[in-house]
Amino acid sequence: MKHKVATTVNGQRREHEVEARLLLVHYLRDVVGLTGTHIGCDTSQCGACTILVDGQAVKSCTMFAVQAEGKSLTTIEGMAKDGELHPLQQAFWDEHGLQCGFCTPGFIMAASYLLSQNPNPSEDEIRRGLEGNLCRCTGYVNIVKSVQSAAKAMNGSKAKAGEHSTAAGRS
Amino acid sequence: MAVTTMIGAKIHRREDPRLVSGEGRYVDDFTRPGMLHLAVVRSPFAHALVKSIDVAQATKAPGVVAVYTHKDFAKVLSGSMPVTPSFVAEKKQSPARFPIADKEVVYQGEPVAVVLAETKYQASDASNMIDVDYEQLAAVMDLDKALEAKSPKVHADGPDNLAWDLTYIPDDPAVMKEADVVIKTRILQQRLAPTSMETRGVLAEYSKPDGTMTVWMSSQSPHFVRLFLGGAMGIPENRLRVISPDVGGGFGAKISPYSEDWLVPAAAKLSGRPVKWIESRTESLQTTTHGRGQIFEVEAGAKKDGTLVFIKATQYLDAGAYLGTFAAFQACACLLAGGAYNWKHVSARTVGVLTNKVPTDPYRGAGRPEATHMCERAIDLLAGELKMDPADIRRKNFISAFPHTNHFGLVFDSGAYEKAMDMALEIAGYDKLRKQQEEGRKKGKYLGIGLSSWIEICGFGPSAATAPATGGIALVESAQVRVFPTGSVAVYVGTHSHGQGHDTTFPQIVADTLGVPYDSIELRHGDTAEGPAFGYGTYGSRSLAVGGMAVFKASKKVVDKARKLAAHLFEAAEEDVVFDQGHFYVKGSPDKRKAFGEVAFASYGAGLPEGMEQGLEAVAYYDPSNFVWPFGTHVAVVEVDAETGHVDLQRYIAVDDCGNIINPMIVDGQIHGGVAQGISQALYEEVVYDDESGQMRTGTFTDYILPSANEFPTFELGRTITPSPTNELGVKGIGEAGTIASSIAVINAICDALAPLGIKHVDMPASPDRLWKLIKEARGTNHNGKGGS
Repeated sequence: MKHKVATTVNGQRREHEVEARLLLVHYLRDVVGLTGTHIGCDTSQCGACTILVDGQAVKSCTMFAVQAEGKSLTTIEGMAKDGELHPLQQAFWDEHGLQCGFCTPGFIMAASYLLSQNPNPSEDEIRRGLEGNLCRCTGYVNIVKSVQSAAKAMNGSKAKAGEHSTAAGRS
Repeated sequence: MAVTTMIGAKIHRREDPRLVSGEGRYVDDFTRPGMLHLAVVRSPFAHALVKSIDVAQATKAPGVVAVYTHKDFAKVLSGSMPVTPSFVAEKKQSPARFPIADKEVVYQGEPVAVVLAETKYQASDASNMIDVDYEQLAAVMDLDKALEAKSPKVHADGPDNLAWDLTYIPDDPAVMKEADVVIKTRILQQRLAPTSMETRGVLAEYSKPDGTMTVWMSSQSPHFVRLFLGGAMGIPENRLRVISPDVGGGFGAKISPYSEDWLVPAAAKLSGRPVKWIESRTESLQTTTHGRGQIFEVEAGAKKDGTLVFIKATQYLDAGAYLGTFAAFQACACLLAGGAYNWKHVSARTVGVLTNKVPTDPYRGAGRPEATHMCERAIDLLAGELKMDPADIRRKNFISAFPHTNHFGLVFDSGAYEKAMDMALEIAGYDKLRKQQEEGRKKGKYLGIGLSSWIEICGFGPSAATAPATGGIALVESAQVRVFPTGSVAVYVGTHSHGQGHDTTFPQIVADTLGVPYDSIELRHGDTAEGPAFGYGTYGSRSLAVGGMAVFKASKKVVDKARKLAAHLFEAAEEDVVFDQGHFYVKGSPDKRKAFGEVAFASYGAGLPEGMEQGLEAVAYYDPSNFVWPFGTHVAVVEVDAETGHVDLQRYIAVDDCGNIINPMIVDGQIHGGVAQGISQALYEEVVYDDESGQMRTGTFTDYILPSANEFPTFELGRTITPSPTNELGVKGIGEAGTIASSIAVINAICDALAPLGIKHVDMPASPDRLWKLIKEARGTNHNGKGGS
């Protein structure tokens, strides 16, 4: 039996009929066609599938697609705006915060939630804030630096632009 | 003369914009029209006979198109999965391995059937409906017991469980007697799951009319897969295309071909439809080759003054149920048992043992972390016996003259071991740390400082040495440089980048060599339909020292031709033409110059010198004259909580020397990741099987512990630069260095911390429960340890 699910994905309204058991991550990848959200473990440990659901970081393998009914979803593909990388994407690039890149979308999404909750995290807070995500390439050194650098850039741009915020998920 | 502006520069990676945007393309991101999904039915037992397989119910399940078992695959696949000689030319036995089991399963996870269905959920559902009747047999799980005469056999019809037994150099009893102090230790290198974040995956499409097969897969070496798969399926290379797109990490576990690399293309051929299989994490932990899995018995001796006399190593290698393609590669640990030091004698023996577990194969470092671990632990134990500082015994015995030929005939190309150690000690503030340790001990604090002075053989490798090790294919490397008429450049390489940043670093080399803008150069790799006929792949820290040199060599061939043409255009003698910063001119007339692009354009026109063909492109195969030998010293600082057994890794210092640097940002990144993986072996990771049933107890990330950002400090890096004389770029490898050094740095630090309790050895992973038990035991028996004083 199929169920209707209507969501907003990266600002676009989406409606599909899906099986009740379809995982949200499979919905995004196989139904919506956004393959930037990755699957790394099947047991909600690795965080590669992290997206924002109504602004909150969620491992999309822990939710069924039907549970996303009426919700606003942000995936890595929705982070860049008007052809400009999100400050976190830019910071991961600048600070060499990725190698193979497979875990990176999940880290960027988790970090965007972290910064929405704590715009000036200490190194320790970043490390603890990202402990739901696993990276096998970087030893996390440059991921931490990337988040620090993004926080700086976002706070700077916020100060400049007054109310304008570039943090996705800060709804 | 080429201008050096890009080599050595911190250039941000050009692969990153797509990867940070979610536009990377990994195997699971590809689909083909009419594609089916494949699920594998696997043995739940470590050892059993397959009495019957009932597929009736599964075949009728919704969406199911086909169910295939051994008899179906036997129609389209032949031969045995490949096993190379590696460092053990003659094996006692190497059980034949078909990619899917027939009458007997020999490890948990071995394929017994596959299901093809319209969706992956349907394939998964139906795979649970296949009824396999097994008769369970005794499983061989313990490496120590496997060689006992009364042990059950891994393969019911096998003669015993011995895969190989090779003594490289026997003991020299006379030399052993010269030692004033002798230590003995037994080091367990636990099995590790390489766990790239992207699991394995294969998508195959067969065109019956054309007889062509296209395979997308997550591989470090697509050309090798094409070679072997073509043989198994009877498809010539020109009709078999293997594409390894973005790959989410490899760490050695994506070099060798796997069962599914055969089964998925075969299923595509049998069904007539494209077929995709993506490995689940549990499948990955159970069936992707493991690393390490060795026990070392080590004995070493020294003179009273700290002069090293001998080291003797015996390696027992848990090969698993079949030999991995490069199973005996890890035997290189024996050849490096002496590490960075002068010994009067080194003896070594490797023993390969079959068990009912998934095969072991190279994993980041492959043999070299094991060698470093045993040697560096032996050095610390000798220092302890001699009451010498661990830094002093190293300094006294470092190899300092290069080239140095070790006891096994390997030639270390260059090094400055003491310099690297001094830098590491300086960054660490070693003397101050020792004082802190002394004061801390008075207060019952267990602070430990661990050193690891590592060396590495890498850059595989010279054809004379490597062709026999692979059974014929030398591990040289290829590159093709194409200069288009308007001067843009495409470079095709046989290496594969899956995090190493070749898309960035190789164009840096080309930019300097051709003198053209970096942005005009594009790098391509991972598609066997492009570039030179054969590529050798990325592993063993070889991509720069071998592949980068092929790129350099091909670029120089292009410049040589362009110079000839420029001389013709200038009507000058070739030897009078200067090539500088991307321009040609005649000596003494730098004003009348021609840009490289102008010459490139001319090369496609008329009026070329007699005998010169149009075009400006070159293929090069680079065969290195030797391996390359990076080195360094790492320092770990830990505090052990004696009440809980918890290890607090407070600082980690790494000084590494990989010769000249193409891109320092990428080198540092490689070290960070490598260090983390070695620390993770020391403290967290371990594949655990149940001894009785042979079931894996660490089949998900709930039980197989990978550390998060919260488990590490920020690593402190330093660098010395000792160019390699082996190649013109003066480069060595750095991909594995961190892992090679770090597990023993941490273990030496823990043992140093617990030395007041008389603890001299801890098995990996040094988990809290393991340390807590050790400490409790030591306090119970050692009066000095009472109360942690």
